[in-house]
Amino acid sequence: MLRFVLHRLAYAVPIIVGVSLVCFLLVHVAPGDPASALIPDDTPPEIAAQIRAAYGFDRPLPIQYLTWLGNVATGDLGLALSTRRPVIEEVLPAVANTLRLAAGAIVLACVAGVVLGTLAAYRAGRTSDRAISAIGISGMSVPQYWLGIVLVIVFSVELGLLPATGMGHPDAGLAGQWQHMILPTITLATVPAGVIARSVRSAVSEVLQQEYVQALEAKGLPAAWIVLHVAKNAAPALLAIMGLQFANLLGGSILVETIFAWPGSGYLLNSAIFLRDLPLMQGTVLVLALFFVLANLAVDLLQMALDPRMNSARRGSG
Amino acid sequence: MIHDQKTLAAASPIRSRGFLADMGRRFAHDPITLGAGGVLLVVALAALLAPWIAPADPNATSIVNRLRPPGTPGHPLGTDELGRDLLSRVIWGGRLTLFMGFTPVVVATLIGGFLGILAGYAGGWVNSAIMRGMDVFYAFPSVLLAVAISGALGGGLVNGLLALTLVFIPPIARVAESVTLQVRTQPYVEAAVATGASATRIVVGHVLKNVAGPILVYASSLISISIVIASGLSFLGLGVSPPDAEWGLMLSSLRQSVYVAPVNAVIPGAMIFLTSLCFNTMTDGLRHALNVKE
Repeated sequence: MLRFVLHRLAYAVPIIVGVSLVCFLLVHVAPGDPASALIPDDTPPEIAAQIRAAYGFDRPLPIQYLTWLGNVATGDLGLALSTRRPVIEEVLPAVANTLRLAAGAIVLACVAGVVLGTLAAYRAGRTSDRAISAIGISGMSVPQYWLGIVLVIVFSVELGLLPATGMGHPDAGLAGQWQHMILPTITLATVPAGVIARSVRSAVSEVLQQEYVQALEAKGLPAAWIVLHVAKNAAPALLAIMGLQFANLLGGSILVETIFAWPGSGYLLNSAIFLRDLPLMQGTVLVLALFFVLANLAVDLLQMALDPRMNSARRGSG
Repeated sequence: MIHDQKTLAAASPIRSRGFLADMGRRFAHDPITLGAGGVLLVVALAALLAPWIAPADPNATSIVNRLRPPGTPGHPLGTDELGRDLLSRVIWGGRLTLFMGFTPVVVATLIGGFLGILAGYAGGWVNSAIMRGMDVFYAFPSVLLAVAISGALGGGLVNGLLALTLVFIPPIARVAESVTLQVRTQPYVEAAVATGASATRIVVGHVLKNVAGPILVYASSLISISIVIASGLSFLGLGVSPPDAEWGLMLSSLRQSVYVAPVNAVIPGAMIFLTSLCFNTMTDGLRHALNVKE
């Protein structure tokens, strides 16, 4: 067990280094260099060269990368060009706002997906199963940036029930902001809910065909108890899928936050791109990607804790 | 070995009736898949034949006819914020939207398939080098990677295509590698090695034939995602640039008018949804017809 945990942790290190390298290179594949946004077009070349030297942009790329990596390791992501504030101070509050939406959305997606998927598996082949399949594939296929606009049209423009954009007063807390969270949370939850419902249906119907379930039925165990056995055996596979859906949430948040003007990391990334604020863009991408790597790590470890079979299989294969 | 015999036993009755005929028969008995295919055919034909069937010039503006509702005489779907005919723009928009959705998947299938088969067949350090590199890109959520790359490159059609292609290479390479690993240990590959066939001959003659199916089925499931993300890039202003007609871009500009013309604003996005839904339905049907288990 400990060996696998260490093995999995060690595997995450090169991935994190690779992710940081991609984020570093992102700024260097951009047309011009990171300094060009700072330097007005009519600057004399010698002054432009001085500015580049001051920021270290004249040094070889590997040296620049190591310097940057050293700064990142100490939490210094540089200065945002647009606000002149440290990037980290811009990114962290935005990520916190993103996570508030993502937390609500993942709960909603899991509840809806598990309930619908289980129902479909128990009623396999019937009309309700087909209806749920249709809902699942629609949820999976919908462009969230369109669904968000449709929800705004229905609930904000036509019915006037919910606010269309923003997050309310920043200090209002949940009590003053929950109305602002409803539409973006639902929008964000649709794709994961569709995917989870489909996976739950196939995982549960597979377990239902197992002999031990038939044995439990033959024994006369009430259906409610059998569900517990089914849930326990379908759980590890589902956990892996839910973990993957976290990627959908972080990715989806970029478009969803833009539609609802929710001040999260996706909204920040989008504005950084349009202001050509490369350090801010780089910092946001890096923090989001690291978050995703750590979430995957957590899911893998949790899955192993839940499923003893996996543990022994890993040990067997070395 | 036992497992191999089972697979052979399961596969033989399908082979004997003719693989394609059998697949076609299953498709024909699947009205939902056929319906989805029919809708896609109409959308694709409309996009291909746009110059001949679009009722109006998609770029002809008319300030007096701005944001007319659907059903207006001469404008069956109404007009947009510059008075352009929405039906014509939806028909023309299908061209760029489908092109931007398809191209990255096709290119990524070629590159990712090559890398995955190479990694799976060569094994050893070649495998490690390729697959660990893929893992790094896999560590980014796909939309984040697409937005980050096209954002850094400065947006535009070509950069959007490039970003999406890079997004789809790692997952395709992973699938290609894992099916190649399975095929490599099959007795017929061992037999080919024993007869002294060259590596190229084995890969082209035996491995490729057997891994192409699973790779293509997987790649086809990426088309709907690719269309949704590609239109999303244009929606954010990172893909197709105005005044070209593209569904994501149309949604983005009509979005400013939701209070005046909500139905018009919904139409381009509904097309993205319809196309993506039909592709996913087709992929489900394809999996079913090919008996692919997930």
